[in-house]
Amino acid sequence: MPALFVPLWLTLKVALFATLIAGAFGIALGWWLARRPFHGRSIVDSLLMLPMVLPPTVIGYYLIVLIGRNGLLGRYLDRWFGINLIFTWQGAVIAASVVSLPLVYKGARAAFEEVDGRFANAARTLGAGELEVFLRVSLPLAIRGIAAGVMLAFARAMGEFGATLMIAGNLPGKTQTLSIAVYEAVQAGNDSQALWLTLVISLVCIAVLVASGRLLQARH
Amino acid sequence: MASLEVQLRLTLHSPDRRFDLDVDFTATSQRTALIGPSGSGKSTVLQAIAGLLPQARGRVRVGGQALLDTPHGIDLPARERRVGVVFQDYALFPHMTVEQNLQFGLRRLGQRADAGHGQRVDALIRQFDLESLRGGLPRNLSGGQRQRVALARALAIEPRLLLLDEPLSALDAPLRKRLRRELAEMLERVQVPTLLVTHDPQDVEALAQDVICIDDGRIVDGDLRG
Repeated sequence: MPALFVPLWLTLKVALFATLIAGAFGIALGWWLARRPFHGRSIVDSLLMLPMVLPPTVIGYYLIVLIGRNGLLGRYLDRWFGINLIFTWQGAVIAASVVSLPLVYKGARAAFEEVDGRFANAARTLGAGELEVFLRVSLPLAIRGIAAGVMLAFARAMGEFGATLMIAGNLPGKTQTLSIAVYEAVQAGNDSQALWLTLVISLVCIAVLVASGRLLQARH
Repeated sequence: MASLEVQLRLTLHSPDRRFDLDVDFTATSQRTALIGPSGSGKSTVLQAIAGLLPQARGRVRVGGQALLDTPHGIDLPARERRVGVVFQDYALFPHMTVEQNLQFGLRRLGQRADAGHGQRVDALIRQFDLESLRGGLPRNLSGGQRQRVALARALAIEPRLLLLDEPLSALDAPLRKRLRRELAEMLERVQVPTLLVTHDPQDVEALAQDVICIDDGRIVDGDLRG
């Protein structure tokens, strides 16, 4: 049974941290792009949506170029802080964050755009600064759409495979998440192990989808 | 009587339209109406006075105090203008109760509630007859109740100027007539200089002492009171 629980625990840990990171960035970016048009907004939007359409292996490759030991950023992380993200669960978190970011961002932007701008203006005339407008008005009014996006991002992060494999590899007990464990079990001909892993990940993902669907439904 | 001096120039761009506004007027009555057809720029003037249009240039002075004076580098943000606004359709915060809507302007983020705020809210609740609605959400209120909450919320900040944007346009005819009378009574009691935007000459008749006409972004002569 540890063959099941170790990758499950790792998957939940990676997905949780990835959702926190993607959530923070996705909500902030969604709010920023929903505010008002600016030059290059559609280009920024396209860049943020790119992880959804690019093959995960390509994202993994980009990340190696960026945060690998000799990467553009990675060499400084290594030199200054002694941090190496390749073949670590933290690296898997980065990969899952990037891949699930578009889901939070898209959901948050749509939710913020649905909030009538007059509520924010009313708050401003009543003395609120921009941070207060965001925390007391825009965020609470958009929270359902945001929560639905965050749940989808969590489900996506749980199922992440390609970019994670490129960045974090397949180290049992260290970076081997459920989806990678399934792959390895099938490769090794361990059918019952593959079946159990598949059932677990399917159940969790179905639960998340049902919950996010309910949240979106309650909005309308 | 505090006067409202307005000189504003601004241009609004939308994909299918470019709109130039250039107005200059002084309102000296307690309650002044700004009347014009839809698209004439009257709501734009109101938003610029409230500080909600960053592209506005010119001067806005209330009782001699400058809220906007771009030649002298003054442009107070909306939150510092102390201009109370009753928005078209009221824009009550839908996720807050009536009481929380009234408190919004009194209590800043992270600030503790103090007795003064509570007393101010209580006074407004009594003044606008909102006791039974205190804990209710805006979506459960009637049109008239919403109007009272919106007016009370705008007055909570003790504004130096009150702006009303088409306060009756969202209502059907019989209700509009009744609420116009109620609004007139309420404004009568409120000792705050008021500028009211409307397209309806009957609103002017019932609510304002003075009238300024606007058409296509310019102040025009004419008395629309019939």
